[in-house]
Amino acid sequence: MRQFAELVQTLGTSTKTNEKLDALSEYFSTANDKDKVWVIAIFSGRRPKRAVNSTQLWTWCNELAQLPGWLFEECYHAVGDLAETIALLLPEAIPSDASYPLHYYLETLISIEKQDEAIRKAFILRSWQTMTQPERFVFNKLITGNFRIGVSQNSMVNALAKTVKLDPSVIAHRISGNWDPMATSFADLLSENTLTKDYSKPYPFYLAYAIEDDVNSLGEPVEWQAEWKWDGIRGQMIKRNGELFVWSRGEDLMTDKFPEYHALRNHLPNGVVLDGEILVAQNSSSSQRGDEVFPLPFALLQTRIGRKNVTKKQLTEAPVSFCAYDLLEYEGNDMRETFLIERRVLLEKIVKSINHPALLLSPLIPFSTWEELANLRSQSRNMGSEGIMLKRKDSIYQVGRKRGDWWKWKIDPLVIDAVMIYAQKGHGRRSSLYTDYTFAVKDGDKLVGFTKAYSGLTDKEFAQVDQFVKRNSLEKFGPVRTVKPELVFEIAFEGIAASNRHKSGVALRFPRINRWRKDKTVNEINTIDDLKKMLELYGK
Amino acid sequence: MPLIEFSDKGLYCRAGGFYIDPWKPVDKAIITHAHSDHARWGSKYYLCHAQCKPLLQMRLGENNYQAVEWEEKIFVNGVQVSLHPAGHMIGSSQIRIEVNGEVWVVSGDYKIEDDGLSGKFEPVKCNTFITESTFGLPIYNWKPQIEIFQNIRDWVCRNKELGKTSVFIAYSLGKAQRLLQCLPEIGLPIYVHGAIWNAHQAIVSSGFQLPDVKRITYETPKGSYLENIVIAPPGTEGSAWMKRFYPYAVGICSGWMQVRGTVRRKNADAGFALSDHADWKGLLQTVTETTAEKVYVTHGYQAVFSRYLNEIGIAAAEVKTEFGNEEEENSAAVAEAQETIDNNQ
Ligand SMILES: [Zn+2]
Ligand SMILES: [Zn+2]
Repeated sequence: MRQFAELVQTLGTSTKTNEKLDALSEYFSTANDKDKVWVIAIFSGRRPKRAVNSTQLWTWCNELAQLPGWLFEECYHAVGDLAETIALLLPEAIPSDASYPLHYYLETLISIEKQDEAIRKAFILRSWQTMTQPERFVFNKLITGNFRIGVSQNSMVNALAKTVKLDPSVIAHRISGNWDPMATSFADLLSENTLTKDYSKPYPFYLAYAIEDDVNSLGEPVEWQAEWKWDGIRGQMIKRNGELFVWSRGEDLMTDKFPEYHALRNHLPNGVVLDGEILVAQNSSSSQRGDEVFPLPFALLQTRIGRKNVTKKQLTEAPVSFCAYDLLEYEGNDMRETFLIERRVLLEKIVKSINHPALLLSPLIPFSTWEELANLRSQSRNMGSEGIMLKRKDSIYQVGRKRGDWWKWKIDPLVIDAVMIYAQKGHGRRSSLYTDYTFAVKDGDKLVGFTKAYSGLTDKEFAQVDQFVKRNSLEKFGPVRTVKPELVFEIAFEGIAASNRHKSGVALRFPRINRWRKDKTVNEINTIDDLKKMLELYGK
Repeated sequence: MPLIEFSDKGLYCRAGGFYIDPWKPVDKAIITHAHSDHARWGSKYYLCHAQCKPLLQMRLGENNYQAVEWEEKIFVNGVQVSLHPAGHMIGSSQIRIEVNGEVWVVSGDYKIEDDGLSGKFEPVKCNTFITESTFGLPIYNWKPQIEIFQNIRDWVCRNKELGKTSVFIAYSLGKAQRLLQCLPEIGLPIYVHGAIWNAHQAIVSSGFQLPDVKRITYETPKGSYLENIVIAPPGTEGSAWMKRFYPYAVGICSGWMQVRGTVRRKNADAGFALSDHADWKGLLQTVTETTAEKVYVTHGYQAVFSRYLNEIGIAAAEVKTEFGNEEEENSAAVAEAQETIDNNQ
């Protein structure tokens, strides 16, 4: 326990990832095997059930420390963590050289879980009495169960990989899924033992970071695959050995929650693992969008998650589909090292051949320039999606959250309310209408133009604005008309930068009309100072 | 009439016509110790301990100072006044006043453990005791200095192994000198920030023996810090000034480091709960040993500590004062020393 307490101490105070990694690999190369198994379990979110609750803990602590309840509360208030408060308040321990190993405490906690309170209390008090203060802290933490100590599962996997000389992705896979830390040995956990082969075992998910830079920095659009980013539950669908398993990203086995998927057991070939989104989708028959995916709000999906038993009504009102976007295993082979475009071809083949409403294919978004994709992205909400996923076509399926090959480009635009001051006729289909506008914000009692924006209004709205422009023109400069500043629009954009070429001093990236603010007057629009503040915040 | 009144200028003894640690300029001030929340500028006369005087001179410049030794009885307007060691920092004292057999003691800041520099704290029997309560919560219980010192040395050695400089954050007046005592044993050169250098010089010139330190200036070659020791005051953490020590680890020496969250919030690599204030047990023990019938609790957890005293049968009340921001003092000192360095550049 002492060694574990030291590890937690280092992980908790170290501010550098490398030091945390070193501390972990040091632990994995020196601790006893049973403790290692438990550390893997704890850091991957597998904790024993609470043998005692927090009220019991602090009541017993107060008995020992002989403190009034209000004083305990004052202390808790100052510390902000129950486990630590108790560790600080307990009377000094009886010094002892004997430190029991971590697994002793955890396994005893499990074994007394259903015993009388007196037995559980005796165990806790006896443990406290022989522990140092850092040991008491981690012990209390293990009991109260909120063990956040600033180390990701990823770091743990990497440290383990370093110690046992295996690839991190192999380790991540082996420690995923269903296993009981009490019944699993360190060797079994990390070896590919056919006797204990777990057919349900999912692969660790590959997660994307949010894109921070300009998308242009990603290079050639042709190297990238774009899909909608769905607002459901990330999941893995596994068909092996004649059985179907569905895992959520939280690594919960959810097969039984979704009877819709059960039919797929007979359709999916063996040795297939799909990565995708669990979502409530509109039936293709009731959808006007043909066989396109159109998910219903996440709230509907939530009605399905909390329930043990699914009712008929729910099945009709909130039917769940699996929207597949990647193929991780095919014909029993791990496909993660092959290129995404190759995996995609096989994935499309499988989904199309099955042709079942419970299994959909996440469509690709065709685009040839980043500007075009940015425009499409602004319509994500109309697609029931929350943005765009960008995946490099030659990317392999990695483990955990990694930069570089996969990015999420969520719609979270910057917005500003502005008034239209100039209008110009559009091109092509819209060449007879005034569809290109320049917008201004307030600068004291003046208006200062700061951007043009094109897309974003419906045809009907364009017609209305066109009418307004024709009736409220003040001056004409060639094709441009100065318009009475009256119509207010919410302008959305992706980025902001300082600019000498613009009178306003700022240049916007991908500006577009988000919506027409008919509810606002020109007095309520944003100011040049608001823009400057945004420049300060985001203008890098 | 109470011997000491709580006025808007500070603790006032009407009978003697003096204030103790006033926070506004007064005619006569008796000073417990040289921290800026206790010793303020502008009074016409200061009475303090002999070891405190050079520190007041450093901080407040030339003034009308009178220095006394501990337990030396003097009379101010017929009120008997004596100073007693408070153990908080060099020259820190409790103030005992007596009129017609009634005794009041003002603790100032104090700690129980003898740190080897500040004099051994002695509880003083009195009728009324005015105590600080900076760490007046039972979560604050200090480890013995010898143990903390060992932890500190171990940490420095570990940093050296990792090729890093050990940067300590410690108050320039008091904590820095206390910390210094445990470092020479390691055998590494010790560099100090200008604010600590100034305090160091004042203390050495008043006759104290302190380990050798080097002042950090713009001329100090950057490489000289590597794997060695640096002491800097609070306020320098994360500043541009720190960059010269890279690669380094930061260890903060303060009682607040008892709580993990504080260490994390300060973004420190290590926290050492090395405090110059009494811990919970120390406060309780002292209050008991003074045998005071009435206790006034000032700066810190005054509400909590006075409530607890009342519950265990000791009459206590909380008093609001303007003591208790040593950290601010140091920020000012840091800025000052920073300026000196900048100007010397
Ligand atoms: Zn002080
Ligand atoms: Zn103080």
